[in-house]
Amino acid sequence: MQRTSIERVAAATPAPVARRLTGLSDRVIAWIFVAPTIFLLLAVNIFPLIWTIRLSFTNMRVNRPNEPVEFVGLRNYQRILTDPDIWQTMQATAHFLFWTLALQIVIGFALAWLINRKFRGNDLWTTIIVLPMMLSPAVVGNFWTFLYQPQIGLFNYAVGFLTGADPSSFSMIADVRLAPWAIIIVDTWMWTPFVMLICLAGLRSIPASIYEAAECDRASKWRQFWTITIPMVLPFLMLAVLFRGIENFKMFDLVVQLTGGGPGNTTELTSINLKREAFEKWRTGYSSAYAIILFVTVFGLASIYVKALNKVKSR
Amino acid sequence: MTRQLILSAAAAALVSGAGAVHADDLTLCWAAWDPANALVELSKDFEAQSGHKMSFEFVPWTSFADRMLNELNSGGQLCDLMIGDSQWIGGAAENGQYKKLNDFFAAEGISMDDFIPATVAGYSEWPKGTPNYWALPAFGDVVGWTYRKDWFARPELQAEFKTKYGHDLAPPKTLDELKQIAEFFQNREIDGKTVYGAAIYTERGSEGITMGVTNILYNYGFEYQNPAKPYDLQGFVNSPDAAKGLQFYKSLYDCCVPPGSSDWYMSEDIDAYKSGQVALQMNFAFIWPGVNADPNVGGDKSGYFPNPAGPKGHFAQLGGQGISVVSNTNSPDAALQYIKWFAQPEVQKKWWEMGGYSALKSVVEDPGFATSQPYAQTFLDSMAIVKDFWAEPAYASLLLAMQQRVHNYVVAGNGTSQEALDGLVADWTEIFEDEGKF
Repeated sequence: MQRTSIERVAAATPAPVARRLTGLSDRVIAWIFVAPTIFLLLAVNIFPLIWTIRLSFTNMRVNRPNEPVEFVGLRNYQRILTDPDIWQTMQATAHFLFWTLALQIVIGFALAWLINRKFRGNDLWTTIIVLPMMLSPAVVGNFWTFLYQPQIGLFNYAVGFLTGADPSSFSMIADVRLAPWAIIIVDTWMWTPFVMLICLAGLRSIPASIYEAAECDRASKWRQFWTITIPMVLPFLMLAVLFRGIENFKMFDLVVQLTGGGPGNTTELTSINLKREAFEKWRTGYSSAYAIILFVTVFGLASIYVKALNKVKSR
Repeated sequence: MTRQLILSAAAAALVSGAGAVHADDLTLCWAAWDPANALVELSKDFEAQSGHKMSFEFVPWTSFADRMLNELNSGGQLCDLMIGDSQWIGGAAENGQYKKLNDFFAAEGISMDDFIPATVAGYSEWPKGTPNYWALPAFGDVVGWTYRKDWFARPELQAEFKTKYGHDLAPPKTLDELKQIAEFFQNREIDGKTVYGAAIYTERGSEGITMGVTNILYNYGFEYQNPAKPYDLQGFVNSPDAAKGLQFYKSLYDCCVPPGSSDWYMSEDIDAYKSGQVALQMNFAFIWPGVNADPNVGGDKSGYFPNPAGPKGHFAQLGGQGISVVSNTNSPDAALQYIKWFAQPEVQKKWWEMGGYSALKSVVEDPGFATSQPYAQTFLDSMAIVKDFWAEPAYASLLLAMQQRVHNYVVAGNGTSQEALDGLVADWTEIFEDEGKF
């Protein structure tokens, strides 16, 4: 008689182990396997979150171990939400997020559209395009500060060459109007290839037969693009927006290297501001409340977005 | 039986250890800069004399406070000795991070009267003005200026400057003269190269722009608080005179710095000066030995002068640090032994010769001191006019608030100088309220 795979595994189980497991229900065995993961999740994610919520209602400062920790109610939340400087960092973050996403989606999709066509050197170009995202953000930030240098920077030289302006007459990272665009340009340069790869996967997943059927129906290329390509790539695009949105909401290293949040606080994004509050000013209770506000914001927006994504996928 | 054996072994170990010289491994933490390298060399004498082994943990200035305050706040045991910034003294004393040294000084005959008073007040005392010592003055430092003596000496530039401003092109005595010189050199062609007026502090992330702007603010009448009523800020921090001082710093930034110098601190200023980009350089005195020895701008090519006077006074921003014993050290005796060794006059003399700025009176008041180096007299003159930033336990919050307000006005050009200082008063008031100072 032929044995099933489960029976074969059961037969192979050493006798002492089998004796110990005898009498345990499937549910208990399942819990035994899942428990270490749940424990880790609780210890690494859930416990710190609960602890942070608790701290957010106190005046704790981690650098003042001798001072009593007092419960301050909602004072930290109230101060954060009424602080104009914090709203300015929120605005700076929103500006950065909107423009990086818009540019990366448009350029990433356009590159994917081009790369998806068969031409000589296709693989080589793909490799060259994805190179920036393989670099460390700290390295990218550092060398772009040199590219943006008014006296010797290649970027300023190129702009000067194309427009006739004096390269040392403007500074991308020192000018209040240009600095927000300086960080957007670098992030777009670095992460557009990522969006391109996701779009490429989407484009390659569209069966050729659909286009062939459209050709038979004499649909124009423009019509094929809007009624076949875009709807079928849309879930991929939305996924790219989700990934890049979450990443850029917590953007830190690249901007710190490039502008340090300046000039003034023009490019001080929320993550940089939070780090200053928590680890430079040591306002632990205050920064915990700040972190919770950011967490709720990202979590809320991401949940709405994922629902929309699922809707698009189910169409 | 086993217990008896263990006790006997422990007793034997104690007896055999008694009287033997115990060599410890000591770690000294400081910023990564030229004086730190000199201290490594100097400390070899201590290793030879004491048998202890010295290790060093040096962190670049821009992340020095971040890294080391993290270490102190987390109760880390990396550092046995800390040469911490002067502003840390309040927090480190109140939070029990440094050992109090009064008893040790009394036992070893180390007197604070033997050190330059400004360094004792700045680096060692907490609360300020009381004889409670938490550090030994280790490195006297102050913001001063370096200038291109060789450019100043050119007859054609001398003549042009005199025609334009009506006085000689010479080290400035006032801030207005300083600005005239900076304007004069801005975008000038010298030896076929475009040069600029001055490299000044504009750094935003740590303490740079504050350490720069205070040199001007003090001389325009800025006060940290009402001298008669502590923590009374209104009208002292943001007086109309102080606002004029801040405006002056912005005008210097707008007219006379190299393009792109919006986030410059010590190392960027040094680079600009040594590469021949600027005629004037604002920087701490620690750089002067390096400038003097530089093959391109050293020797007779450079001169030094103290921060020039303003309309309301003559002061300069204090730098420098004291050396403290970290409370969490496992080797307190060896750490104290190091401080005792370091305080000796002959060691302090050697420290100065190696490029470290001794704060010991017997060294700086020696008749040969002022002429021992081209910058020695400027160092003495500058140390006589110092003022320092807050050294409160909340200094980091106070500093970051000032960094943001001042950078926002000077570099980003937002608002007016009065609005910037009014905002600073609001920030500092909130911080002191949180600290329970009112």
